[in-house]
Amino acid sequence: MSTEKTPPINPLINKRKLEERRRVLRSIILGVAVLGISSVGYIPVARAWNVRMRPPGALEEADFLSSCIKCGQCVQVCPVQAIKLDDIDQGFGIGVPYIDSRSQACDFSCDAVQCILACPTGSLVYDKPGFMPTRSEMKVANPPILLAKEKSPEPTLNLKERTGLAVLARPEKCLARQGKGVKGAARGQAFEGTMRFMEVDRWKPIPLRDHPYDLELCDLCVRTCPIKGAISMETVVENGVSIKTPVVHEPCVGCGVCEMVCPPEPAAIVVEARKGWSA
Amino acid sequence: MANKYWESLRVMLGAAPRKSQPVEYSEEAKTIHFYKKAEKLDFAALRIEAHAHQKKGVWLRRRWITLLATNLLFTVSFWLDIQILEGALTASRMLGFHLIDLNSALQVMLAHKHIIVNLFIGTGTVFVLWLLLGGRTFCSWVCPYHFLAENAERLHVYLVEKKKITDHAFHRGVRTVFWILFALMALITGYTVFETISPTGIVSRALIYGPGLALGWVVLLLLFEVFYSRRAWCRYVCPIGLTYGIVGVFSPLHVTYKLANCHHEGECRKVCEVPHVLDCVIKGRAPSAQLDIGADCTRCGMCIDVCPSGALSFEIKGLRKIM
Repeated sequence: MSTEKTPPINPLINKRKLEERRRVLRSIILGVAVLGISSVGYIPVARAWNVRMRPPGALEEADFLSSCIKCGQCVQVCPVQAIKLDDIDQGFGIGVPYIDSRSQACDFSCDAVQCILACPTGSLVYDKPGFMPTRSEMKVANPPILLAKEKSPEPTLNLKERTGLAVLARPEKCLARQGKGVKGAARGQAFEGTMRFMEVDRWKPIPLRDHPYDLELCDLCVRTCPIKGAISMETVVENGVSIKTPVVHEPCVGCGVCEMVCPPEPAAIVVEARKGWSA
Repeated sequence: MANKYWESLRVMLGAAPRKSQPVEYSEEAKTIHFYKKAEKLDFAALRIEAHAHQKKGVWLRRRWITLLATNLLFTVSFWLDIQILEGALTASRMLGFHLIDLNSALQVMLAHKHIIVNLFIGTGTVFVLWLLLGGRTFCSWVCPYHFLAENAERLHVYLVEKKKITDHAFHRGVRTVFWILFALMALITGYTVFETISPTGIVSRALIYGPGLALGWVVLLLLFEVFYSRRAWCRYVCPIGLTYGIVGVFSPLHVTYKLANCHHEGECRKVCEVPHVLDCVIKGRAPSAQLDIGADCTRCGMCIDVCPSGALSFEIKGLRKIM
């Protein structure tokens, strides 16, 4: 064994240098970790795990996510609390508003699309800037007429695009097609969704369970639809039998009231988020 | 004078505080330092005095009341529908006037590349507000995560004292790197990436709209700070702090240091979230008799609370001349 001669070192300086080096290394690891974790937020967005329906007047999805400042002012002004904010499981979509029509639809009981008015960053807008592309099938042909205001001098809703489109996704579930009626609350006593009924109170939405029905043939989707001419009950002949079926028309803005009131579970009629009209 | 602002910014971005050259010391400061050399101080007695002083916590109380009241005002505005302060910390409306958080606004502007009038007005209002109030004042007087983190910090300091854990420091410059990278990510990807993990936004929304899974991330951050690195998020990561810090460089409101009153026992540096701004209190360092503390200071007032000799105090520049 040879006795190795090491140059004399100042243990204090050496220790400080070592700590300095460790600190830099730790900082690099911290940097990579934090950026890595934040980038994970892209996965739910890229994979489109949940195709969310955005509030009325929303920009197209990519622009909507980039412009939303996640403050929830749209949530605060909604009279029926239809708008909710997403959680961290939506990644970059955290804090971004969406509407789950089945649990609470937008029934336009604010009359003026207040959420658009509340948005501070232009994620929700009455008029889209020209350079921000909107799919043509999302545009409504004419300003939607709000049935609740039909007799007022200005009956239209300041809304130029639809949020989605109602689709009879499960015709076999439809009560009208089966010739069945509705008795009592549309969605049962446990359902907490609210809606405005003009004949009850123009300004105060009430729980759906407090507004029972007694109908020979279910036509709730047609009866409760807030937009004029968006849906109608038609007679069709299928397999030689004449039946009644709801038919969605071009004025549909995708508000989701039909999906909320539809009695069967799961709903026969649903709103497909961000789906446009095709004749 | 421009030098002072540059030094303040440089230190905030992560550089080590610069030691003044002998020629930079004012005659007054030289004299004070000269007499202090001769002075013999009983440090043990001073520490006891300092600890007794700390218990008062005047600024701590004022700050916590302000912080909790601001955040609760958001909550009650929504829950009781009194509409005084609507929205969340990222963007809100106070009695109808738009207020938009500077860092959130920056992220949205970079990602979306289109600025509407309301966004501009709200950002401008908040910019002027925090320019007057001291920039990072936002951190310690408003940010709800700061409140959680400073309580976690107490636990951390206790555990270090008991030798259960050791503190791991990072290089302060890493926060500047984060600021640049989050800005670039917003610009390139078109998503406000930082908002996904921002505990300030998460806690603010949770207080107003109810808790969610995102609070799990906040708990992880707090655990990291308790058991691994003291105040890690605020010190080394948060771009919000740096954004407000840059605004605060030119603020008239700051903590000021009077060399003659200082006993140099260093209690202030122990309680400070950003002790590098208090380098001037080390014996022999201060180049002039009175100094402004740098922009990285969150104006939390902990140092003022703990100082037994009144060497540190809040000051609004120009106010003394007027009054």
